[in-house]
Amino acid sequence: MSEICDTRPPLPLGLARRGYTGTIQHLAAGGATSSLPDVELESRLIELGFVEGARVEILHEGIVGRDPIAVRVDNITVAVRRREAMAVIVA
Amino acid sequence: MESPLLHLALVGTPNSGKTSLFNALTGSRQKVANYPGVTVERKEGGFVTPQGRQISLVDLPGTYSLRGRSPDEEITRDFVLGRATGEVLPDLVLCVADSTNLRLTIRLLLELKSTGRPLALVLNMFDIAKRRGVTVDVAGLSQALGVPVVTSIAVRKGGTDDLLQLTDHLLARAEAATGDRANTWRPLTVPELRATQREADRIIAATVSLPERPDTWTARIDSVALHPVGGLLILLAILFVMFQGVFAWAQPLMQLLSAAFDALGQLVHDQLPEGLLQSFLQNGVISGVGSVIVFLPQIIIIFLFILLLEDFGYMARAAFLMDRIMGGAGLHGRAFIPLLSSFACAIPGIMATRVIDNRRDRLTTILIAPLMTCSARIPVYTLIISAFIPPTKVWGLINLQGLVMFGLYAAGIVSALLVSFLVKFFLMRDYQPAPFMLELPDYKLPRLRGIAIGVYTRAKMFLQRAGTTIFAMMVLIWFLASFPQPPEAATEPAINYSLAAMIGQAIAPLLTPVGFNWQIAVALVPGMAAREVAVAALGTVYAIEGGKEAAEQIGQVLASKWSLATALALLAWYIFAPQCASTLAVIRRETGSWRWMAVTFVYMFALAYAAAFATYHIAVAMGAG
Ligand SMILES: Nc1nc2c(ncn2[C@@H]2O[C@H](COP(=O)(O)OP(=O)(O)O)[C@@H](O)[C@H]2O)c(=O)[nH]1
Ligand SMILES: [Mg+2]
Repeated sequence: MSEICDTRPPLPLGLARRGYTGTIQHLAAGGATSSLPDVELESRLIELGFVEGARVEILHEGIVGRDPIAVRVDNITVAVRRREAMAVIVA
Repeated sequence: MESPLLHLALVGTPNSGKTSLFNALTGSRQKVANYPGVTVERKEGGFVTPQGRQISLVDLPGTYSLRGRSPDEEITRDFVLGRATGEVLPDLVLCVADSTNLRLTIRLLLELKSTGRPLALVLNMFDIAKRRGVTVDVAGLSQALGVPVVTSIAVRKGGTDDLLQLTDHLLARAEAATGDRANTWRPLTVPELRATQREADRIIAATVSLPERPDTWTARIDSVALHPVGGLLILLAILFVMFQGVFAWAQPLMQLLSAAFDALGQLVHDQLPEGLLQSFLQNGVISGVGSVIVFLPQIIIIFLFILLLEDFGYMARAAFLMDRIMGGAGLHGRAFIPLLSSFACAIPGIMATRVIDNRRDRLTTILIAPLMTCSARIPVYTLIISAFIPPTKVWGLINLQGLVMFGLYAAGIVSALLVSFLVKFFLMRDYQPAPFMLELPDYKLPRLRGIAIGVYTRAKMFLQRAGTTIFAMMVLIWFLASFPQPPEAATEPAINYSLAAMIGQAIAPLLTPVGFNWQIAVALVPGMAAREVAVAALGTVYAIEGGKEAAEQIGQVLASKWSLATALALLAWYIFAPQCASTLAVIRRETGSWRWMAVTFVYMFALAYAAAFATYHIAVAMGAG
């Protein structure tokens, strides 16, 4: 894990662009401006498979503000808004 | 001895095939579609196991956990925990998984274990998993989980045999066991959630191989269907073809049906002696009900489109494409699917809002769902459009009638977005958009059998309505339009002396400003029960008014009796008018308050009146009066 961090600084998934691939480092619900309480947001992300170590790839972006994004999380595809994706730290 | 009824529950993540299993086991025809959030209520059905056990099977809304974040998920939680009043605890919980995608279900299964209910894991869609080269060590998985595991293919004959066998086996074991295991379930904290997901991932890594052949089709289709610009154009094109199709393809069949009803009416007319019975059968029953039944081909076409798109897996993509656009109007991305279902009928649409967790988002969606052009409006629109709009081609290939139809649908959508925007702007100022998180399922080839069943079910429902609600309303209209009978020396058409004329003329002054005559006024009254009733009512009223020479079709009669302005005003009226008692009832039920029902009724009525008023006066000013 530290190896990856050395070469690529972690960034929130909400800032990544189409085509980005990486691995989830940790969740930081506090960093997102979601309308959900932190605990709830984190629970939902985990329930959709956003856990540490999962491989993610941004497959598609929406037309308005490149939002929402379609993310491949291991072997499923999930649509989320960038606002919520800010809570997923990847590298 | 009568064996006791045993209760089984189907629990699992959304779109894992629970309803398909339910249908396969019980022989029911519940709605199945390839997107999350189809099942929003508890559905119960019965079957008998190979060893003769009587089973009551319950299909539940899909969920990722037992936390119950939205009304549909609460239904599932309460049933599994036996919290619903008067409920029994399930004797066996079948946790249904999509075998190509086990991570989330195995986590859910680990959570379900703490409820203490007897449990089995069903690896459904095993055909797809096999095709992709996923191999599962079923015995190893079962051992690692401490739960029996069985594979199944819900949509194939014999695909549930193993499951049935296991069910018998487990129930026999449960009968022999004494005492329930304790329920230790409580909502998981974030670290616990994370730990169970880790545990699930560890078990999967040890027992399931990754697919050798990932689903490249889905990726390929999505690269076009989810393209920011191309995707939206495709979505528009699909809607456009759908409404053109409703017009162009249905026309020949409709003419056939309509000619058949005319011939039937003529037959009755010729066979029966002149009098009330003849009038009742020809004008009341055949003209009235017939004028609705001729729309069957259009209903079939629109449902065919919707069902194909649903089964293919396109709906979740449409929600993705529309999320921000709808968000601009203050709508939740997940509102898209309920709103799209409302094109068929607002009632399932309003019920489908249960997947929206935020109460405000849900309310807004419920309020605007009836503005979507439901299939009951099709008869009204088609009747008026074919009578007043010439079938000319625009730009060489687009049918003008289809274009007007498309315009009416678009008007419904745009006004819904506007209403939502105003609600957000004036009533929910401090409002924060709720998150949009939705699994995009892999595309699947639509299964013809399922589509056929779906279309057949809708067609049957439509005909049943024609045979019950509409028929009853027709009898009423015919009665009102025929009694009292005119005096002997009457010079005016008989109907002018009837109760219908009295009622119509009493309301007409209210509707004159929007260009409606008394015949429309009287048709709108029973039209409160259901929209298409107004068409049937107009059919009857004009048939009686025309007397025995009225062999003409209702469309031709309207074209000769109404001005274009009146026709357009009625179209505008129908975009908005809350003329559906069942929709209002379901709003009352789903919001749990009379207030929201009243709000819906009043605002839609006001919009209908304003739109018809404006349309009529603009049309008259432009010389269409
Ligand atoms: N190939 C295949 N498709 C399935 C199977 N079970 C369900 N499906 C399809 O999966 C989709 C979701 O099914 P549905 O029963 O609505 O899932 P639910 O949301 O869990 O109730 C539908 O398109 C079904 O036709 C299966 O065993 N094999
Ligand atoms: Mg279902």
